[in-house]
Amino acid sequence: MAHHDTHAHHDDHAHGEHHDHGHGPEKGIMRWIKTTNHKDLGTLYLFLSFTMFMIGGLMSLVIRAELWMPGLQFVDPEFFNQMTTLHALVMIFGGLMPAFVGLANWMIPMMVGCSDLALPRVNNWGFWILPFAFTLLLGTLFMPGGGPAGGWTMYPPLVLQTGNAFPFLIFAVHLMGISSITGAINVAVTILNMRAPGMSLLKMPLFAWTWLITAYLLIATMPVLAGAVTMLLTDKYFGTAFFTAAGGGDPVMFQHIFWFFGHPEVYILILPAFGVVSTIIPTFARKSLFGYDSMVYATASIAFLSFIVWAHHMFTVGMPLAGELFFMFATMLIAVPTGVKVFNWVATMWKGSMTFETPMLFALAFVFLFTIGGFSGLMLAIAPVDFQYHDTYFVVAHFHYVIVPGAVFAVIAGVYYWLPKWTGVMYNETLGRIHFWLSAIFINLTFFPQHFAGLAGMQRRVPDYAVQFTDFNVQSSIGAFGFFVSQFVMIYNFARCIWFREGMEKAPARVWEGAHGLEWTVPSPAPYHTFEEPPRLLPEGEITAAHDAYDALDRHKINP
Amino acid sequence: MAHAATDNSRYFVPQPSPWPFILTAGLVAIIYGVAGYLENKHWGPVPIYAGAAIAIYIVFRWLRGVALESEGGAYNAQVDRTYRWGMAWFIFSEVMFFGAFFGALFYARQLSVPWLSGEGAELSTNQLLWPGFEKDWPTNGPGAMGGSFETIPAWGVPFINTVILLTSGVTITMAHHALKAAERLKCILWMFATVALGVCFLYLQASEYIEAYQHLNLKLSSGIYGSTFFMLTGFHGMHVTLGTIMLAVITARLMVGHFKPESHFGFEGVAWYWHFVDVVWVGLFVFVYIL
Repeated sequence: MAHHDTHAHHDDHAHGEHHDHGHGPEKGIMRWIKTTNHKDLGTLYLFLSFTMFMIGGLMSLVIRAELWMPGLQFVDPEFFNQMTTLHALVMIFGGLMPAFVGLANWMIPMMVGCSDLALPRVNNWGFWILPFAFTLLLGTLFMPGGGPAGGWTMYPPLVLQTGNAFPFLIFAVHLMGISSITGAINVAVTILNMRAPGMSLLKMPLFAWTWLITAYLLIATMPVLAGAVTMLLTDKYFGTAFFTAAGGGDPVMFQHIFWFFGHPEVYILILPAFGVVSTIIPTFARKSLFGYDSMVYATASIAFLSFIVWAHHMFTVGMPLAGELFFMFATMLIAVPTGVKVFNWVATMWKGSMTFETPMLFALAFVFLFTIGGFSGLMLAIAPVDFQYHDTYFVVAHFHYVIVPGAVFAVIAGVYYWLPKWTGVMYNETLGRIHFWLSAIFINLTFFPQHFAGLAGMQRRVPDYAVQFTDFNVQSSIGAFGFFVSQFVMIYNFARCIWFREGMEKAPARVWEGAHGLEWTVPSPAPYHTFEEPPRLLPEGEITAAHDAYDALDRHKINP
Repeated sequence: MAHAATDNSRYFVPQPSPWPFILTAGLVAIIYGVAGYLENKHWGPVPIYAGAAIAIYIVFRWLRGVALESEGGAYNAQVDRTYRWGMAWFIFSEVMFFGAFFGALFYARQLSVPWLSGEGAELSTNQLLWPGFEKDWPTNGPGAMGGSFETIPAWGVPFINTVILLTSGVTITMAHHALKAAERLKCILWMFATVALGVCFLYLQASEYIEAYQHLNLKLSSGIYGSTFFMLTGFHGMHVTLGTIMLAVITARLMVGHFKPESHFGFEGVAWYWHFVDVVWVGLFVFVYIL
C-alpha cells in the first residue's frame, strides 16, 4: 500500500505550492451562488435532493393519511390528486436525479483523477436551475385551482384541463430537462476526456461506467420529454392537434412519446444505483468485483433495451397485437442483463471476508429488495396479466420497490460510504445500523402489502377504496409514517458529521480497509480541488484506479 | 481571469462565476411572463423583456469571457477536447429534440390517420366516431380543424431553400479550409457568403409563412398537418436564426483577429451546429415537403 500514500503526498505538495491561485472557497452565500467547484455543487445537489425528499415524503404522508381508512377523511379528492402528481415529480426530478448528480459531482472527478468536472460553469448553471424550477412547480399549489393533478405522466386530454398551474408545470419540466442535459453532458465529458493518464475505459470504476451510460440516456431522452410537453403547451394554447383525434392526432401518441422518455428514465434512476452498489459490495466483501466486464456490458445492454420497451406502460391502451407481443418479449429480455448484475453481486460476496457496516447493509438490502421489484416487474411485463394489474397498487408496489429500497437505498448507502471522505469524520455506526433496520422494516411494511391490495383489485390514484382493502392500507400507512420518522436518525447522524464535528473520530484517507480507487488516496476531507495536476500513475499505482485490484497486474499491464 | 496553462501539466479550472445564476433568474422571469400571458393574467410584458434582456446580456458576457480566455491562451489541448465532446453531446440532444417532432409526424401519417379511417382493428372507431373519414395526407383530421387549406409545393421556395442551405454548408467548409491555410481575408469572405445565405433562407422561410397564413389558410391550427408542419419548420427556423447569429459572431471574431489556423474550435463548433441545422432541413424537405 506504500505507493498509494506516495501519491497522496504528491498531491498534498501540489496543493501546498499553488495556493496563490485563489481556489479556496469564498465566504458566505456568494460562495454557493458563484461556485464552480464540483464538491460545492455536489453538496448543493445533495442538500437540494434531501429537501425534495422531505417535501415529497410529506406529500406521500398526506396520501397515506388519506388512505388510512376507506372513505374521505382529510383532503378532498382534487388535492389528493395534486399530491400524487407532485409527489412523483418532486421525488423523481427533485429527489433522486439530483441525488445521483450530486454523488457524481463529488465522486467522479476524484474517481477518474482530475481537478473538477469538465465544464464547471455549466455545472453551476445545471444546479441553480433546479431551485428555480421547483419553486415554479411547487408554487402552483398556492395558485387558484391548485397544482397539477393529472398524474406525473401528464396524459392528455386530462392534463389539458389543468388551470393556471399548467404553463408552470410545462416550463418547470423544460427547466429540469435543461438541468439534466447540462449535468449529463458534464459528467459524460468528464469521464471521456478527463481520466488520469493510463486509466482506460475498461479500467475506470464501475460508478463512472454506470454514470456514463446514464448520461447517454439523459441526453437522448430529456429532449424528447421537452418535445412532448411542448406539444402539450401548443395543443392547449395555440390550437395544434397533436393529441386531438378530430385534427388527425391521437392522445395515445403522447403516451408513446412520453414513455419513449419515461422508460429510459427508469434506468436513469437505477443505473447510478447499480454503480454505487457495485462500488460498496467489493469493499466490504474484500474481494474485487466479480465479472467487471460483464457488468459494463450488462449495463450497456439494459440501456439499449430501455429504448425499445416503452409501450409496456400502455398495454391496456389498445395497441395492435404485434405491438403487445414485441414490447412484452423485449421487456422480459431485460431480465437477462439484470440477472447478470445480481449474479455478479452475489458472486462478489461468495467466500468474501464480509463485514456489515451501514453502507454494506443498505447495499445488501438493495440487492435483495431491488430483485423483488424486478420480479414483480417481470410479472407486469406479461401483457395478458398486465391487463389485470394495470393501474392497480401492484404497479405502485412494483415501482416503489425498485425506487425506494432500490435507488434511494443506494443513495443512502453511497452517502454513508463517502461521507467520511467528504467531512473527514466517521459517522456513528450504531446509529447507522439502527437507521438501516428501521428503514428496511418500515419500507417493507409500507410496500409489501400493496402487492396484495393491487392483486385484489385496488386502483391507484383514487383517494377512497373498498372496505376489504382496509387492513393492507393501515399496514402501509403505519409503514410510511414509520419510514419517514426513521430518517431523523440519519439526519442526526449526518448533521453531526457535517456541522458538529468536535470530538468525533477522524477518518483516515482510506476510510474502508477494503476500498480501492483514487478517491481513497487523497486525505479526508478531500482537498477543495482534488487533483490540480493529473495524478501520474505508475503501473502499480494504477491498480488503485482499476476495478480489479488483484489481477490487474496480470491482465492490464501497461508500459511504464 | 483564469490562469494560463498552455500545456497538459495542469487542469484549467475557471474562477467562480455569477453568470449562470443570473442567467437562470432571467429565464425564470421570461417563464413567469409567458405563463401569465398564456393564462391571461395581464402581468404585462415587463418580465418577458427584462428577463430576455438579462438572459441575452449574460449569454453574451459568458461567451465573451470564454472567447477571451481562449484568446488569452488559458486553454490547453484537453480543454479543446472538452469543448468538442460537449458540443457533440449537445448536438445529439438537439437531434433527439427534433426526433420527438419527427416521431409525431410519422406516427400521425402511419398510424393515427389510418386508424381514424378504420384501418387495422379500428373499424368501429371510424364507423361510430368519424364515419366517412378516409385517410389522406395532408389532412387536418376528421373534424377538419382550421378549415380546408392548401400546402406549400415542395419544388418552389422549399427547394430553393434546400439549395441555399446546402450551398451554405459548402461555403462554411471553404471558410474553414481558408482559415486552416491562414488566408484570413478569404475565410472572412466565405463567412460573409454563409451568413448571407442564412439570412436569405430566413427571409424566404418567413415569406413562405406569410403566404401560408394569408393565402393558403395553412395555419398552426390546421389539424395534424398544420401542427407538424409549423412546429417542425418553426423549430428549425429558430435554430437557423440562432445559427446565423452565431455565424455572424464568428465572422466578427475573425475580423478582429481571433482564431489561429491550428486552433479554432469556436469556429468549428458553430460549423458543426450549422451542418446539423442543414441535415435537419434535408429531413424536413424530404418528409414534410416532398412525401
